[in-house]
Amino acid sequence: MLVMQSLTQRLANPSNFMALSARLLPWCWVVAAGLIGSGLYLAFFGSPPDYQQGQTVKIMYIHVPAAWLSMLIYTLIALSSFGLLVFRHPLADVSAKAAAPLGATFTFLALATGSLWGKPMWGTFWVWDPRLTSVLILLFLYLGLIALRSSIEDEALAAKLTAVLSLVGIAILPVIKFSVEWNSLHQPASVMRLGAPTIHASLLWPLFVMALGMTVLFTALQLKAMRNEILRRRVKALRRIAATSAADLSQQPAE
Amino acid sequence: MRALWELVRRDIVIAWKEGGTLGVALGFYLVVVVLLPLALGPDLNLIARIAPAVLWVAFLLSALLSLGRLFEADFEDGSLDVLATGSLPLEAVVAGKAVAHWLTTALPLIALAPVLGLLLNLRPDAYGVLVATMLAGTPAVSFLGAIGAALTVRTRRGGLLIGLLLLPLFVPTLIFGIEAIGAALSDADSFAASFLLLLAVSLAAMVLAPPAAAGALRFQLQ
Amino acid sequence: MELGPHAVYIWSAYGVVVVTLAALIGWLVADGRRQQRLIEEIEARGLGGTRSRR
Repeated sequence: MLVMQSLTQRLANPSNFMALSARLLPWCWVVAAGLIGSGLYLAFFGSPPDYQQGQTVKIMYIHVPAAWLSMLIYTLIALSSFGLLVFRHPLADVSAKAAAPLGATFTFLALATGSLWGKPMWGTFWVWDPRLTSVLILLFLYLGLIALRSSIEDEALAAKLTAVLSLVGIAILPVIKFSVEWNSLHQPASVMRLGAPTIHASLLWPLFVMALGMTVLFTALQLKAMRNEILRRRVKALRRIAATSAADLSQQPAE
Repeated sequence: MRALWELVRRDIVIAWKEGGTLGVALGFYLVVVVLLPLALGPDLNLIARIAPAVLWVAFLLSALLSLGRLFEADFEDGSLDVLATGSLPLEAVVAGKAVAHWLTTALPLIALAPVLGLLLNLRPDAYGVLVATMLAGTPAVSFLGAIGAALTVRTRRGGLLIGLLLLPLFVPTLIFGIEAIGAALSDADSFAASFLLLLAVSLAAMVLAPPAAAGALRFQLQ
Repeated sequence: MELGPHAVYIWSAYGVVVVTLAALIGWLVADGRRQQRLIEEIEARGLGGTRSRR
């Protein structure tokens, strides 16, 4: 905990963050590529087809990591929002703003791969399976964050309001997931559940490697997106300075 | 406490005199409910089966229309600034406005629901449950709606944005409400559980929404 | 690589992921370069320019 605190303190300075992330980023790309590469190899050449689902279980290796990331990223946004509102951490909003479109992308991937997995299994692309349904609602939460932020011009105000929204979202997310499960439990028609309830060991290893690889990939994407956002804010600041100094210049009498 | 009651009374009087928003909400409720059977055709059994769901969903959409205005008038004419610095904490102001909204908009909609149920061929034994679930669940709509209203108070055309923000928040209330009605109609055991969950969400919203909405408003009033 | 009768779904799923992630990475890299270029432009033009006009 203390290590985390001092780390976030040292990174509070954007220049420190830029320097550190510049060093970290290449490693992240390499590690991610390595992990995902070996994960794919294990998935396609090292694991057998599932007893019930045949080869389509291989979609699990990208669906489950995407779904897991969609939850993790929202949690990251909520933590960043907490950091903004409670600790006023300078990079908290940069982190939250960068992560939102990334989270929406992984959520979209979870939905796309989930429905492509569902079609051969159940014959239709969407069955309101509780897990997929709560991922769909999670997508709306992400879109809400992005839409709210873009509706407010004042950057500082947008930061605070989206922070409030993301904290409300993380508080209600367990309730939403529970209610969706509740819904499927009590429906008269039986809803099949996506996902392998008993995962054989040979399926677990590729899954674990892919999940880890995708998480490292997200870390790389997040660092890159945060760097871009810091640069974007620098551009804005420079433009403001250039504009005010040009205004000063125009006040001077003609020589 | 006196001040809070004064605030609620004031909002009720304003809503009563102005009347426009309520009229729009009621009209919208009617229109949406009428559209469904038109689209579905004359299969009365089908319409009857989905009637509770239609009545609940249309209620949520109608409530959305009115929620956007919750803080708008007071924000624009500066009354919200006065209220924020007054003797009543802003959280209480938010709670008061949500209560007023429930009394002036939700209750009339709930009163209209059984009438619309007639249009949808609602089962006779469903009317009581329908109203009961709406009474238990709609406080969540007003209070969670206050959060959405607080976040979008500045947006001129915040109408659609508030919908995107609030509909995920309404999902638990919707699901527990529909489950409760379904359980009551099919004599299943789960009615009590669903109803209590519905009530729990409303109570939790009444406690947790005011601080969130007040926080959002404070950021915009500085 | 025998992928069974539903191979098209497997390929589509992996395809969506690859295309989406590639687009995401591409956008991030391009955006970063653009911001960097803008910074260099402003620094070369704006602040240095006012001084040289004297």
